[in-house]
Order: sequence, then C-alpha cells, then structure tokens
Amino acid sequence: MSTVEKHLSRLAWSDVWAGFKQLLPISLFVVVFGVAFGLAAAQTGLGDAATLLMSALVFAGASQFAALELWGEQVPLVPLIITVFAINARHLLMGATLYPWLRELPTARRYGVMLVVSDANWAMAMQALNAGKPGLGLVLGGGIALWSAWCLGSWLGLHFGNAIHDPVSLGLDMVMGCFLLAMVLGGHKSLRMLMIWIVAAGSSLLAYWYLPENSHVVVGALAGGILGVVWMENKHER
Amino acid sequence: MNVETAGAGTLLLVVIMGLVTLATRWGGVFVMSFVPINYRVQQFISAMSGSVLVAVLTPLAVNGDNGARLALLSTAVVMLLVKKPLPAIAAGIVAAALVRAL
Repeated sequence: MSTVEKHLSRLAWSDVWAGFKQLLPISLFVVVFGVAFGLAAAQTGLGDAATLLMSALVFAGASQFAALELWGEQVPLVPLIITVFAINARHLLMGATLYPWLRELPTARRYGVMLVVSDANWAMAMQALNAGKPGLGLVLGGGIALWSAWCLGSWLGLHFGNAIHDPVSLGLDMVMGCFLLAMVLGGHKSLRMLMIWIVAAGSSLLAYWYLPENSHVVVGALAGGILGVVWMENKHER
Repeated sequence: MNVETAGAGTLLLVVIMGLVTLATRWGGVFVMSFVPINYRVQQFISAMSGSVLVAVLTPLAVNGDNGARLALLSTAVVMLLVKKPLPAIAAGIVAAALVRAL
C-alpha cells in the first residue's frame, strides 16, 4: 500500500456488478443467518415491520441479536446504544482502513459506499486493494448483495423460520468465521505481520476476559496497529 | 431511561439503532479526512486491517466448542496449502459438521 494508485479507487458500474457477483456465494449463507435472526425476532415479539426495518437500517447481525437480548415491554435506551455502538465499532476501523482509497472519490460517493460496509465485503476489498487490484466495487456491490441477503433472510425467518432445524450441527455458524480467517491468511505474510497478529490475538483475548463486554475487537485491532507503527516495514522492502 | 415498545416506541428504537450503526460506518472515514496520510499512518492502517479480523476470530477459537476450533484450524491449513478461499471455507464447515456429528 506504500503507493496508493488512483485507478484502485475506480467505481464503475462494472466494478460494482463484479463485486456483487463475487459476494453472492457468501450471501447465500447470510440468508441463513438472516433466517435465524427473523425467527429470533419473531420469538422475541418484535413484530414483522420492526424486524424488517431493523435489518434494512442496521444491517449488522451481531448487534441486532444483542438488541433482542435487551428487548421487552420496555427497552433501556442507554444500554441499547452502548451495546450497538460497541459491537459495531469495528466499522470505524473499516472506514479508516479504506480511507486511503475512498479519499479519491467525491464526498457523496465516499459515504455512499460506506452505507453497506460489513465484515465480508470489507475483508475481500482489503485483500484486493492490498494486492494492487481495485476494491471499492467489492465494498459497494458486495455490500448490496449482503444487504439484500440479510433482508431476504430476515423476511424468510419471520414466516418460515421453523424450517431450519439446527444450523449449528451443520457447521453453518462457522461460515463467516472461516471466511474471515481465509481472508486474513490470504493477505501479505511476513514475520512482522505474524507478530502483529499475535499481539492482536493476545490483547483481544485479554480484553475479552478482563475489559467491558464487546471491547475486544477494538482493543486487539488498535494493539496490532500500534505495533505496526513501532515496527515499520523498510520502505524499499516491497 | 426506558422506551416503551408499545406504539411508535419500537420504531424509535430501531431508528436510533440505525443511526448509531451509521455513525460507526461513517465515523472512521470522517475522522480520517482530518488525518494526513503519511507512511506512518499507512503502516498503522495496514497493520490494523489484519488485526481487526484476528481480534474477531481469537475469542471465537478460544471459547468455541471443538467443532469451531477444528473448523478454523482446517480453514487455516487448507488456505495456507491451496491459497484459495472457497476450498478452505468448505473444509472448515465440513470439519465443524463432522466433529459435531460424532
């Protein structure tokens, strides 16, 4: 990433469409997660319209499941806001990591692309960008695929949720985890990167055990980032 | 402060959740627009981008069941050998399903 080239930031319709198609396979699994959410929301008594609106507006599964835990006849507002913010705080880091490429876009497009950023399309885009390929189409097109799958799944879950008996025994709960791990390992590897990952892993575990709930992703990511600054790559190495 | 979920309360809560999440999607980009992108910042960003995923995955592996652990291990091994994501993910899911079926 030492020289950010402008053509990597291009965002033509063909890039968006290619990104949409590239994220379709993983979107099929996102439909399954969506079904699980729709079912859980129905069982919590959230109501059809509210469930669909939440999936469409929030589009962040873990925080939506966590919100269901707080749901009742009354919902505590401040804990809800803190929970949603903490779980989704990783989006802040995603935006920051995409910024060197996003800044080449006009402001409206820059923030438009970020509307649909999520783990899978961001991870795939970063891998492409770090390999010197255009990636913003993956964020936008892939994000539209994931968003559609998430909304479709939520709707299916409200109406036919009981059809999926046990996604966990089929290993379906591990799809996203395995996907993200494949993205990590597909990137640039070196002793420096390995040390950064070890520091990120160790500090996220410590945060998971000893710091407030949901802080581990931000803590681990920042710790890894700080080591990246302390131990910089030689400029002419790459 | 509690919000009643009767009537428009639910709608209000959902909209608030949406706005909080939107702030996380836009906030990082917004803050970075005030930060000059020099070599040091680029190194921080690229180190952080892998670290986000590692920080998501580590507690999943440590606190998960054996199915989850073996799934991640299988994905890692296949990814390092074959260097293609789809076979790696497939191996992970099959591993989780097998362990849980036993």
